[in-house]
Amino acid sequence: MKRAKAIRERMSGNEAVAFAIRQVNPDVMPAFPITPSTEIPQMVSAYIANGEIDTEFVPVESEHSAMSAAIGAESAGARTMTATSSAGLALMWEELLLAASNRLPIVLTLVNRTLSGPININCDHSDGMGARDTGWIQIYAENNQEAYDNYIQAFPIAEDPRVHLPVMVCQDGFITSHAVENIELLEDGPVRDFVGQYEPEEFLLNPGKPVAVGPYSISAYAMEAKKAQEDAMEQSRAVIAEVAARFGELSGRQYGFFEEYRTGDADYIMVIMGSAAGTAKEAADQLREEGWKVGVLKLRVFRPFPDQEIAEALKNCRAAAIMDRCESYNGCSGPLGMEIPAALYRNKVMIETADYIYGLAGRDFTVEHAREIFAQLRDAADGKIPAARHAYVGLREQ
Amino acid sequence: MDNTLEIRWHGRGGQGAKTAALLLADAAFKTGQNVQGFPEYGPERMGAPITAFNRISRERIRVHSNIYHPDFVVVVDEMLLHSVHVTEGLKRDGAIIVNTSRTAEEIRPLLRGYKGAVYTVDARAISEETLGKNFPNTPMLAAAVAVTGVMDKKDFTEQMRASFAHKFARKPEVIDGNMRALRMAFRAVESAAGMTKIA
Repeated sequence: MKRAKAIRERMSGNEAVAFAIRQVNPDVMPAFPITPSTEIPQMVSAYIANGEIDTEFVPVESEHSAMSAAIGAESAGARTMTATSSAGLALMWEELLLAASNRLPIVLTLVNRTLSGPININCDHSDGMGARDTGWIQIYAENNQEAYDNYIQAFPIAEDPRVHLPVMVCQDGFITSHAVENIELLEDGPVRDFVGQYEPEEFLLNPGKPVAVGPYSISAYAMEAKKAQEDAMEQSRAVIAEVAARFGELSGRQYGFFEEYRTGDADYIMVIMGSAAGTAKEAADQLREEGWKVGVLKLRVFRPFPDQEIAEALKNCRAAAIMDRCESYNGCSGPLGMEIPAALYRNKVMIETADYIYGLAGRDFTVEHAREIFAQLRDAADGKIPAARHAYVGLREQ
Repeated sequence: MDNTLEIRWHGRGGQGAKTAALLLADAAFKTGQNVQGFPEYGPERMGAPITAFNRISRERIRVHSNIYHPDFVVVVDEMLLHSVHVTEGLKRDGAIIVNTSRTAEEIRPLLRGYKGAVYTVDARAISEETLGKNFPNTPMLAAAVAVTGVMDKKDFTEQMRASFAHKFARKPEVIDGNMRALRMAFRAVESAAGMTKIA
């Protein structure tokens, strides 16, 4: 694939996603506004009103209806997307499961925001993490550039016949959605060519080949349907990698299941997702200058969960800090704090791990926090202190 | 990070501090720099204290946290000096710019011991004279450019002229007023009275 021209721009993460939607020009977008993703349907509506795209925008009365309309449109054979945050995603819950099990390649752009309560509009990953077992592919972004790039890659992943699953493209509410930063955009033509025309093999509005969507399945067959859905999730690994490779040729930007930042010879590695990864990289650079061997593993693809690859990437370090921007309320650990040690154990990698909760409801995560965690990790590996378990970062002292 | 200029804005919801931060990011972007402009959102209501931030660098900016040790602080509403610790973490070799009709000497006692440079701009008076209304963010933006040296003032002026021409295409009569507001703010921070610094 020919390398496309880069357009130097500056915009917020929400603007970047809206711009990508304009370039993709999906057939249908049902949406209901919720902070901090509201700007996305707002900007797309402006593109439609200005005649720049011919997407059918469906203003619905709730997120439950938004995902229901998305399911209807995608079943009919239309390329469909929506946007939401927080309680909006929670209200879609039942439909998220239907979208995935009906194997509908809907793309949802999620601007991560905490769930109530206390009611709060700021970022954490509890909305996306709450949907982690709904059967959606989930891809997280560090900044506006990745939000844009991941969005463009979402359609070819979702619509691949080996996958046929919905994709959730996530970015951190306000921290990246409302921050204006530099970005390199692609031109419209190359993006449209990359995404291609959506030509579903089977769809409701095809009189030549009638199909049923979402019928009752008796116990004699339902389990096979669920296994087929899980097989699709497993097969999506290869497709995600292929699409990333193709996108790399187009843009010059390389993406994997995760980014390994200075981890090759690292004694201590921080595993983190989203916008805080950049902050962690800055801490890693500072500590490298001071002679420490530290690195950052930034998880990009959370579903499917790249368990073997993570274990392989962490196997040579002394200790890893696992960072959750989400509480599981399980009396034990955050979601990554459970899944990553499980990945290590299943792959016979026996390193020390420590797990932390940070950034809930917009609590700031700083370079100093990351440095302190690396210091604790070293002390834990040296046996001076117990490894952190379910430890809170930056908590207000009583 | 060492090569990154960090600016923190203090204002009240509705005064345009966030917009000013985004405009500064915009202007610096156009001079070829890497930029960040972002607000911290608290309760969304008019009049509540808000903070906005800028990072500007020749290098790619990766850090996504608020700014705790700014090089410069800009205060759009001087009443905040009584309720918000605006100089917290402000670098000694940096500066604070305050929108006030008072002098730097009169403001300094409100700065909780800050020893660096203090600049004052009467953005309200400038705005009322040039635009007939209190829009403090245009003069404060100009003052920030002049004091921080983040970009050449001439480049900035040209860019602002272009962006006002675009923004006010349907009411060109306000373009000259805005341009005059920029020049008056430049002069305010350049005047000797504005540049007091305790050695």
